[in-house]
Amino acid sequence: MRAIEPWVEGPLKTFMTESAARVCLIMTGAGQVVAQHGFTRSVDVMTAASLGAGIVASTRELATEIRAGSFGAVVHQGSRLGVYLAPFELPAAPWIGLVVFGPDTSLGMVQLFFGRMVDELVRAAPRDEPHRDVLPETFEDELNASLRTLFGR
Amino acid sequence: MISREQAVLDEVTRIGGVRSALLVSSDDGLVVVESALEDQATEAAAAFAARLGGRLATLTSALRAPPMSVLLLQATAGQLFVVVGGPGLLLVAVTSNEVNIGEVRLALLAAAGQLN
Repeated sequence: MRAIEPWVEGPLKTFMTESAARVCLIMTGAGQVVAQHGFTRSVDVMTAASLGAGIVASTRELATEIRAGSFGAVVHQGSRLGVYLAPFELPAAPWIGLVVFGPDTSLGMVQLFFGRMVDELVRAAPRDEPHRDVLPETFEDELNASLRTLFGR
Repeated sequence: MISREQAVLDEVTRIGGVRSALLVSSDDGLVVVESALEDQATEAAAAFAARLGGRLATLTSALRAPPMSVLLLQATAGQLFVVVGGPGLLLVAVTSNEVNIGEVRLALLAAAGQLN
């Protein structure tokens, strides 16, 4: 498990243990990775984060378009693996969780413990997040540093 | 207008000490229909009951024993009853410890018979 924000690590670890999910990725609403568990290659993380953030943005727009307010989690269930993708609100900003789970657990368990992890993250999140530009001049350096943190290289 | 499933569950929750009765999808552990008192964490009961039912089915299959008819889990502050509620469905009841176990068991089996 690797996390850029240290306060995310505890709730994520508890979630992985209790839900028996295989892979979890926590990212900001813009798709910047905050923590991951179960990925082995950085390229997979970046791809999953981009696709996950894109899907959440698309469903949000769809909800607006059909005047449905807002949608919750997006779930894809296959015969071997399921994917649970859910946006959630932290005090400072919206984040997204992407969970991959197998037949050794169930959607109900993932949903239940994901909700508990979100509650823990809301409690643990720093209240006064300094304002940061979306694409600061140091973006590339920060991205590389984040990947080193996430993969220990 | 209430559905047939809702009416069956409402019948179970009329028994004294029954806090909630749920029809749960056995594959994903999600609530399909529920009849519950306020402040009952039905999602958690559904998820755990389905997982428990799944594990027990694996165990009985490995032991070449017949499948479960009633699963009863007793805890310090309450009890969980699980019976098969139809294809891919479980009928779950969360009760207090003061409940008449035999009465709940019979009511759940009767309810399952109506749902099947």
